[in-house]
Amino acid sequence: MLTFIIRRLLWTVLVMFVITVIVYIIFFKTPGVDPARAIAGRNPSAQVIAEIREQFGLNKPLPVQYALMMKSLFVTRDLVSYSNQGLKVVPEIAAATPATLSLVFGAAVIWVVASIAVGVAAALLRGTVFDPLLMVAALIGVSAPVFWVGQVANMITQGSLHDTFLFSWVPPLGYTPFTQDPALWFKGLVIPWITLSILYIGLYGRVLRANIIETQNEDFIRTARAKGIPERQVLVRHTLRTSMITFVSLFGLDFGALVAGGALLTEVVFGIHGVGFLAYQGFINLDLPTIMATVVYGAFFIVLANALVDIAYAWLDPRIRPT
Amino acid sequence: MTGEPLLEVRDLRVSFRTEDGLVQAVDGVSLSLSEGETLGIVGESGSGKSVTMMSVMRLINDPNARFEGEVLFKGHDLMTLNPEQIREVRGTGIAMIFQDPMTSLNPVHRVGKQIAEQILAHQDISKQAARARAIDLLAAVGIPQPAERVDNYPHEFSGGMRQRVMIAMAVSCNPDILIADEPTTALDVTIQAQILKLLRKLRNDFGTAVVLITHDMGVVADMADRIAVMYAGRIVEQGTRREVFYDAQHPYTWGLLGSIARLDRPKPRRLATIPGQPPSLLRLPEGCAFGDRCAHRFDLCDERPPLLARVDGNHLDACHLEPKQKKELRETTIHPELIGTAE
Repeated sequence: MLTFIIRRLLWTVLVMFVITVIVYIIFFKTPGVDPARAIAGRNPSAQVIAEIREQFGLNKPLPVQYALMMKSLFVTRDLVSYSNQGLKVVPEIAAATPATLSLVFGAAVIWVVASIAVGVAAALLRGTVFDPLLMVAALIGVSAPVFWVGQVANMITQGSLHDTFLFSWVPPLGYTPFTQDPALWFKGLVIPWITLSILYIGLYGRVLRANIIETQNEDFIRTARAKGIPERQVLVRHTLRTSMITFVSLFGLDFGALVAGGALLTEVVFGIHGVGFLAYQGFINLDLPTIMATVVYGAFFIVLANALVDIAYAWLDPRIRPT
Repeated sequence: MTGEPLLEVRDLRVSFRTEDGLVQAVDGVSLSLSEGETLGIVGESGSGKSVTMMSVMRLINDPNARFEGEVLFKGHDLMTLNPEQIREVRGTGIAMIFQDPMTSLNPVHRVGKQIAEQILAHQDISKQAARARAIDLLAAVGIPQPAERVDNYPHEFSGGMRQRVMIAMAVSCNPDILIADEPTTALDVTIQAQILKLLRKLRNDFGTAVVLITHDMGVVADMADRIAVMYAGRIVEQGTRREVFYDAQHPYTWGLLGSIARLDRPKPRRLATIPGQPPSLLRLPEGCAFGDRCAHRFDLCDERPPLLARVDGNHLDACHLEPKQKKELRETTIHPELIGTAE
């Protein structure tokens, strides 16, 4: 198992390398893209461009350019934004990461707990009116776009009902670091957490319900009952444990994607300056270093999440464990 | 056989509501089982053997199922127990082994843990003690190196070994009754013999009463004290092994016996079969359910034949034919080839 984990993580490093190469080539070497021109601003003279090429190492061979880029990204961490001269990209991302992590972690806790509750309740209440009601509610949750839910939530909590006892505790939009004021950090994130988690509660609740119902028909569940173990144990140890395999792999991938910048819409709607927000600005300004850095950062989390899913999968299901 | 039966099923009826109508899976089955006795229940797929015994353990969760009748275990009606009470009977009073060992064990838990789980549910002992007991049980069912195998997962065992694990699990709390639902059907013939030998040994060592559900007459011939033959949700014949094998009264039993390949008789050109298909459980005929497939059908067969002792004492059958007539008809049904050789 340990060698499997190590091998899987080494593989992750290789994948990261390939991703950086591909991203670099796409953003810096696509025909028609000239970083020097982007840096130089409007109507530069040929001489200025040549100087910039020299200064940024853009006239060197491709592998050297790539190595220089990686060096300034990972080693010296002094990659400078093209559109906002002097602004270092890596510290920007480092500063934005806690906001994104706070948002996604909190939402993940809510959606895991709530979707397990929804999935289990719907499966156990199958045949009653509550099962279809829960599933319709879940479908609505899946269908409601996060930017719309966010705007409605803002309208209610920041606007019409803000001055009533219900939502007077909601602080103005924006992110307060945990280290600065934990209470305000929490209050400011409650609404974004709920907004972000609604989609996943619906999705995961439906997936879990389907998996539980499938597992309930398995022979080994009948065996478990025939053994005379308590019904609760049948549910938790046998039914739920086996049904969680899909759930866990979905979770790893979604969590990774959200930390990687997938929470962009939520971040923008609630004015949380996280990594998604940063990437969004980078794309608007076509700021290649910011794009490069955020994409690499995102790829890192997605690849890491994939590796963790594989490891969790092996832990959950002994049949796919390497021997 | 002692006076009070250990298990007594009285007029059990099980039906399922389906889209096509009411399926009468078990239609008035009565059975009894004494301590230490082995009862074989024989019949083809869909004859209600498994449903009967699963109903006894209340293992059918289908909200569309309806149960009638009584199942008395040590004097208590299992059909009226609450879930907690029935849970206590399962595993300790009545344990069950299922047909397919490949799917009957949970793939994500170690086998030792699955055995210990049952012991811990019924006995107040430590986890270590339960594990030690699991190792002893694995040794008792003939698993080599049980101390190491206890930590293996089901997929690391072969089919026969998994069935041994299932058996170890079933006998872990010394049940009074062991229900074996087609325990050898999914296994190779050589493994089948091993598993039956093991079941026989456990029965003799522990004095457990066994209900052996099978469609294989060979399996009951080996093990059963008494045999009940089921057809279309009803018992059509019931008697001691000797009575059923050597003095079978029901034409369906004749058909089953006739379809066994025998080494001690002249080899027939083809094995005999029972013509036709079992009737749909959605619309059982008014009269004898076997009537449409029976070569000896006559007018009276339009009335349902009751299960009565027509020959002697405890040998019951549900056929309108006169016992005297049957003797000759039976020979022609079971051994048609003998007629040919006699001429």
